[in-house]
Amino acid sequence: MIWNKEMECADRETMRALQLEKLQGTVKYAYERVPHYKEAFDKAGVKPEDIKTLEDIAKLPFITKEDLAANYPTGLFAQPMSEIKRIHASSGTTGKPKIAGYTQSDLDMWGECVARGLTMAGADENDIVHVSYGYGLFTGGLGAHIGAETIGATVIPMSSGNTQKQLMFMQDMKSTVLCCTPSYALTLAEGLKKAGLTPDDIYLKAGVFGAEPWTQGMRDEIEKGLGLKAHDIYGLSEIMGPGVSMSCAYNCGMHIQEDYFYVEIIDPDTLEVLPDGEKGELVITTIGKEGMPLIRYRTRDICYLMREKCECGRTTVRMSRVFGRTDDMLIIRGVNVFPSQVETVIAKFDEITMNYKLYVGRENNKDTFEMAVELAEGLELDDIATVEALRTKVDHAMRDMLGIGCKIRFLNAGTLPRSEGKAVRVEDTRRL
Amino acid sequence: MIIKQVSIFVENETGRLYDLMQTLADKEINLNAATIAETGEYGILRCIVQEPEKVVEILRNCNYSASLSDVIAVAIENKAGGLNKVLKILAEKNIAVKYIYSTMQSDKDEAAIMVKVNDPQKAIDILEAEGVKLFALEDLK
Repeated sequence: MIWNKEMECADRETMRALQLEKLQGTVKYAYERVPHYKEAFDKAGVKPEDIKTLEDIAKLPFITKEDLAANYPTGLFAQPMSEIKRIHASSGTTGKPKIAGYTQSDLDMWGECVARGLTMAGADENDIVHVSYGYGLFTGGLGAHIGAETIGATVIPMSSGNTQKQLMFMQDMKSTVLCCTPSYALTLAEGLKKAGLTPDDIYLKAGVFGAEPWTQGMRDEIEKGLGLKAHDIYGLSEIMGPGVSMSCAYNCGMHIQEDYFYVEIIDPDTLEVLPDGEKGELVITTIGKEGMPLIRYRTRDICYLMREKCECGRTTVRMSRVFGRTDDMLIIRGVNVFPSQVETVIAKFDEITMNYKLYVGRENNKDTFEMAVELAEGLELDDIATVEALRTKVDHAMRDMLGIGCKIRFLNAGTLPRSEGKAVRVEDTRRL
Repeated sequence: MIIKQVSIFVENETGRLYDLMQTLADKEINLNAATIAETGEYGILRCIVQEPEKVVEILRNCNYSASLSDVIAVAIENKAGGLNKVLKILAEKNIAVKYIYSTMQSDKDEAAIMVKVNDPQKAIDILEAEGVKLFALEDLK
């Protein structure tokens, strides 16, 4: 099923014409209403009238997280507070949160985007949507909620936490679609097993997971542990929240809702726009948002774009999964390390689990890098040689993937703290 | 008389062994023999208990990596050279000893030693043929 065939399956020319019209509107709207844009465009010597083609967007300056902080709290709002119907926020770079404001039309658009996504997951008005994202300032909970309401499904606003209660509702209310972070989905799968239950005891058929980067290995584990088909959902609270893009049944990248978001990939160092297929930083321009339009917002998320038609019939551009964030990136002994690379390594080994934590420190002016990882349940470890052989194998695989060595420390299952939202995977104690 | 030994992975952190022993004590599990092989970061506790399969199950439910392996319990004379008599037989028949440890079971004349070898069934046959006494699990209570 496709929620909005007209937009999701539009031919290229139609979509590009619509995007240009909406981009021109947004640029003019932002320039006239938001002092930051007027100043930035004037400084760059560009006027809204200069945007004659979609490619002309490259003339416009970027907006960054730092600009959001400088305009805290509502400096980027394009509407008076009387028109702002909702506030969300996420943690910012300077300690102050990043605030986002939504008009009624923005909320309707959000519902439309998430509705398209839930439809990709095969959901409709007959489904019971179990939302285990946190509710509150975080956009996960209310974002999934508004989409589920838009398609007319039954929504269970569980929020995150209390795994046992989650499982009870899943069984008793026969939840069919689960929305949460991938790390919490793993926690739920673990809880299900611990309760002596199998996926056959619950009714989930699809899961909509996002808000943190994850890997194919985690996807396999979640699909097996909960007996569902996993879909990726992507979004940022500054831009809207979850629903900017989502993966369909063919799991070949996430379809971007292009009639609302114009996307580019740039080289984060040179800031040049990169061609499709090349990995770089995702830049999003909202072309339909009233409350807080963002023009050329640097997401810090690393991915690439695919434009071939998808087997599902949708023609919208797809983004790959997010390989990491330029801000998640650790620079250890001069080498770029993404937690997602570590997850790819872990997924290769049955003996260890996705519950891991990276510790980065500094001793004698040298970076130290250690990974604590939990052993799989039921592992045969009767002597030290077995453990050491495993350690050597994991060590080599890490070195091959990352290019630097990492001290591996094994832990018994269940000893690392469990996540109820976004998992804290890195502890960097360097004071540089 | 192959005996199932329980091996448990334990992080080398203050109080961790205590936690493990408390887990066993809470379930009324008595250790008939125990030894730890350790590295700087973790150790492997090997122990003999009366219901090894059940104990592994309990430990796994409490999030410990635990597994079973085969060992034998050999009676040795409680005097100088007692152990060597057994080791000599094994060495002559080309049976490799990986490690040994003593049990709580000993008296004036006789002690029980746990022995891990590369081929436990063959070791049993050889030792029995040589008249060496072996213990069954219940003898170690």
